[in-house]
Amino acid sequence: MSAKKSRGMIFFRVEECKGCALCVDACPVNVLELSSELNSHGYHPATYKGEGCTGCGVCYYVCPEPGGIKVYKRYDPEKHTAEVQ
Amino acid sequence: MSGNILEKPQSFYSEYTRKPGADTLTTHYCPGCGHGVLHKLIAEALDDFGVREKAIFVSPVGCSVFGYYYFHTGNVQAAHGRASAVATALKRANPDSIVISYQGDGDLAGIGGNNILQAANRGENFTTFFVNNAIYGMTGGQMAPTTLIGQTTTTTPRGRTHENEGYPLRVAELLATLEAPVYLERVLIGDPKYTMKARKAVRKAIKAQIEGKGFSMVEALSACPLGWKMDPVDAKNWVQDVLVKYFPLGVTRDNISEVEGYVPGENGNGRKPLSDRELVKKIDIPSDETTTTYPLPEAEDRYKHSEIKIAGFGGQGVLSLGVGLSQMGMLQQYHVSWLPSYGPEMRGGTAHCHVKLSHNPIGAPLIEKPTILVPMNKPSLYKFEDSVVEGGDIFYNSSLIDTPPKRSDVNVYPVDATEIADGLGNTKAANMVMLGAIIAKTGLLDKEAVITEMKQIIKKEKYVELNQNAVQAGFDALQSVSG
Repeated sequence: MSAKKSRGMIFFRVEECKGCALCVDACPVNVLELSSELNSHGYHPATYKGEGCTGCGVCYYVCPEPGGIKVYKRYDPEKHTAEVQ
Repeated sequence: MSGNILEKPQSFYSEYTRKPGADTLTTHYCPGCGHGVLHKLIAEALDDFGVREKAIFVSPVGCSVFGYYYFHTGNVQAAHGRASAVATALKRANPDSIVISYQGDGDLAGIGGNNILQAANRGENFTTFFVNNAIYGMTGGQMAPTTLIGQTTTTTPRGRTHENEGYPLRVAELLATLEAPVYLERVLIGDPKYTMKARKAVRKAIKAQIEGKGFSMVEALSACPLGWKMDPVDAKNWVQDVLVKYFPLGVTRDNISEVEGYVPGENGNGRKPLSDRELVKKIDIPSDETTTTYPLPEAEDRYKHSEIKIAGFGGQGVLSLGVGLSQMGMLQQYHVSWLPSYGPEMRGGTAHCHVKLSHNPIGAPLIEKPTILVPMNKPSLYKFEDSVVEGGDIFYNSSLIDTPPKRSDVNVYPVDATEIADGLGNTKAANMVMLGAIIAKTGLLDKEAVITEMKQIIKKEKYVELNQNAVQAGFDALQSVSG
């Protein structure tokens, strides 16, 4: 497993996560985990470990919350950072 | 979804403002629930096919009852089990729309079992998504028709047994015994590989509807972590390790390529809706052109607001007399209401109806204290005699009632209705004899107008004259009586 290069990028909406961990279980490159922090609903939300996302979108499709996850298949920080914020 | 970004589809509201409470960002579903995933696949397909604007989402009763919180489409929430019936009506009334019927296993396979069977058998052109999680989730985990043998639920605490509860129902296979459905597939929501297959099936089913192919259904095996008392990942695994053994995945029907699609308004799917004009002719509704209106009859002040209760055996024309009174009243400028009340029998049961004829608008059609009581048989007189207001009228059928009313504070008129009608050749005209009698004593209606317009209430032409004669006979019988 090569987790060095990040082709894709994943953003979580912390307040829309119920900590079911289906994305963590499904991620083929194992770059997701549940945060040790709690969100306002009292769940440990899923979070990106910080590198290695391939942009495959698997987490997006297994996530039961419609707006919980946003995935860039190809992510260019210079181009995309502004629209994410 | 094409393009570089995977995010919340436009077919969802960006914020769920219909959802009560402060949290309008998350769904009401439990963590790890399969509903959200299937919702997402449907919304994504509606986006991608560009049909959101004409989509109607039918929510069931069950956990997905609040579909209208989330889907930025047309929404209807159906009574328990009736999503497929409601979807039928929506699609037929709006053939251009894309109707998504969404049901759970209790709703579709239990309460609405016959509804889905008939809709599928008619080949209705809508798409059903059937979420099968083998349990009643919303109500706290009771046994569903799809609960597995041995599965423990709150209503099968020792596990389901076929001796007690029968076998789990395989809906995708059941519907595949029917001729009409064009596409039926069972999929699984959970592991990514299977979820992506489910995505394909969702799109195929909606596409089939867009192309006018006919009935399609995707059954999605889905996790209910809380109902099964498992954590979400274990529940997801249980679907594909256990549930799938009894509910095999795959296509049970795919006729899509063999069926000719239709374009609404062009080839009409072989269904020929009756045009309004044809319909009017078929069911013999009097057309507006022939309807003359008459002036409000002049009667005593107390008849400016009449509350009439007509009661008798079913088959005596009790309800028809009420219809006749109100229809004639309407032609003669009254505000009218007619409220029937009857048992399940067409003949021989008891029936009564409430009729109001008023110079003023009517608030409620129900009558507790009639100003005019018309008992056609003995039990009706006994039942309602005491309820008549002081100074009111009782017109009773003296052919069948041998003990006259005891009240002395009301006007009592015996009418030999059944005998008079029998003399005219048909006892069933007794109700119109009574109508003539009422008119004679109250002046509520203009008798000549009633006779002229008899065809408005008597649909069969050969009976019009008999009923005209009956009104005249009733009128004549009472006119000579003082009271």
